[in-house]
Amino acid sequence: MSPAAATQKLVHSEKSLYREVFVYEDGNTRCLCFTRLCTIGRQTCIDLKQPDRLVFEYTQMMLGALYLNPDPHSILIIGLGGGTLPRTLEKLLPEADIDVVEIDPAVVAVAGQYFGFRQDERIHLTVQDGRAYVRQALRASKRYELIMLDAYEHQYIPEHMLTREFLTEVRSLLQPAGIVAANTFSSSRLYQNESVTYRSVFGQFYNLRSGNRVILAANGPLPSLDEAARNSHHFTTAFEPYGFAAPTILAMFSTKADWDPSARVLTDQYSPSNLLNGPP
Amino acid sequence: MYRGLLYLIAGWSGFFVMAIELLSGRLLAPYFGSSIYVWGAIITVFMLALSLGYLWGGRASLHAPSLKRLALILLAAAVTTLPVLLLGDPLLERLSAVLADPRFGSLAAAALLFFLPTCISGMVSPYAVRLLVADKASAGHLAGKLYFVSTFGSAAGTILTSFYLVLYLEVNQILMLMLTVSAIVGVLTWLRPPPAPA
Repeated sequence: MSPAAATQKLVHSEKSLYREVFVYEDGNTRCLCFTRLCTIGRQTCIDLKQPDRLVFEYTQMMLGALYLNPDPHSILIIGLGGGTLPRTLEKLLPEADIDVVEIDPAVVAVAGQYFGFRQDERIHLTVQDGRAYVRQALRASKRYELIMLDAYEHQYIPEHMLTREFLTEVRSLLQPAGIVAANTFSSSRLYQNESVTYRSVFGQFYNLRSGNRVILAANGPLPSLDEAARNSHHFTTAFEPYGFAAPTILAMFSTKADWDPSARVLTDQYSPSNLLNGPP
Repeated sequence: MYRGLLYLIAGWSGFFVMAIELLSGRLLAPYFGSSIYVWGAIITVFMLALSLGYLWGGRASLHAPSLKRLALILLAAAVTTLPVLLLGDPLLERLSAVLADPRFGSLAAAALLFFLPTCISGMVSPYAVRLLVADKASAGHLAGKLYFVSTFGSAAGTILTSFYLVLYLEVNQILMLMLTVSAIVGVLTWLRPPPAPA
């Protein structure tokens, strides 16, 4: 990232109610950032020459959810970013209906102008707080086969969306065999609290770690690694245009509990996620 | 000593209001989210409640003002915060079902739960000014000092709650702690023997 900072140029910036949204270009890469110069917190990047290619490893890891349920028909994505996940899922899954929730209208505008995000008959966008949406969807008896949580950033975590109560609501919003995929954090003290919080709601889950961390959990019993491996074969060719190999993601699946089990569970009453994510 | 107590009460009341305001965001977030509308609604309700509290606190100071009555105001603010602890969640649950709009839902929620304790807390400062001031010449000086401790207390309540208390305690535990401090300060003030006649 550091050598790139010298050559990148600012293409667009937009002040929103929550932050300033920046679009930078560097050669063939265009990125959506929430910080000036993109020093940290790149939200989405696309390759302008190969727009399908998934530039970020975490988006590839999020698609690992399809190894646990290869053909979800109803998907909820909380957090739009540049819209890479809905765009990719729409192409991969011709049967899927995708609901996207994004709190910030400016992000929606930039995703449309610079990252090719479009609503259509299969992608529906709601501009709303993610947790408020989940509660309303529960009340309306909606259910999803796959829910993706992509609302966390390094600079700011919506604390009400990282609690036992919220995850319980998310779980209730899943169909019996539904899957949740969460793009979270791999470092800081918060790793411990986040892990025990997911554990308290979902029991065992798959933990995918590299520079990022993705949690894959199930409403019903967690599908076995064998089953995940079998499902991953369906995607060997399907993932090719997106620039990554299905087995690479499978190799990251781990159920090892590499955290401190005595860490404090995050709840609506106790949720200092941003403090825990800061320096100790 | 007498004046010190008045400053303490005003400072604590400032602390109390801002700590509650911060925590109110936490309490509303599960039901209405934490969008800018929710914070807008919370701040509106607190400002409106304080402004009316100043008005009524000043008016209340016209009739037989006493330290005992000021203690009662402080205790009343604490007691009217109890519904937040006891009824907060069921009320927010109902309200968010009826009024799902994040603007008016959170405005109604903040008004129902926080208007009364904040308004009563707002009465403290003008009432305390009345007890402090003995002559016209020193009125501005003393009022200035009282605003200072009250707003300084608010700053302290904000930073301590948001940086530290939430890291160690649950929201309801922090509320309980605040109510306990208010109760202790209020009761001790009530029990204090009246100042010897000059």
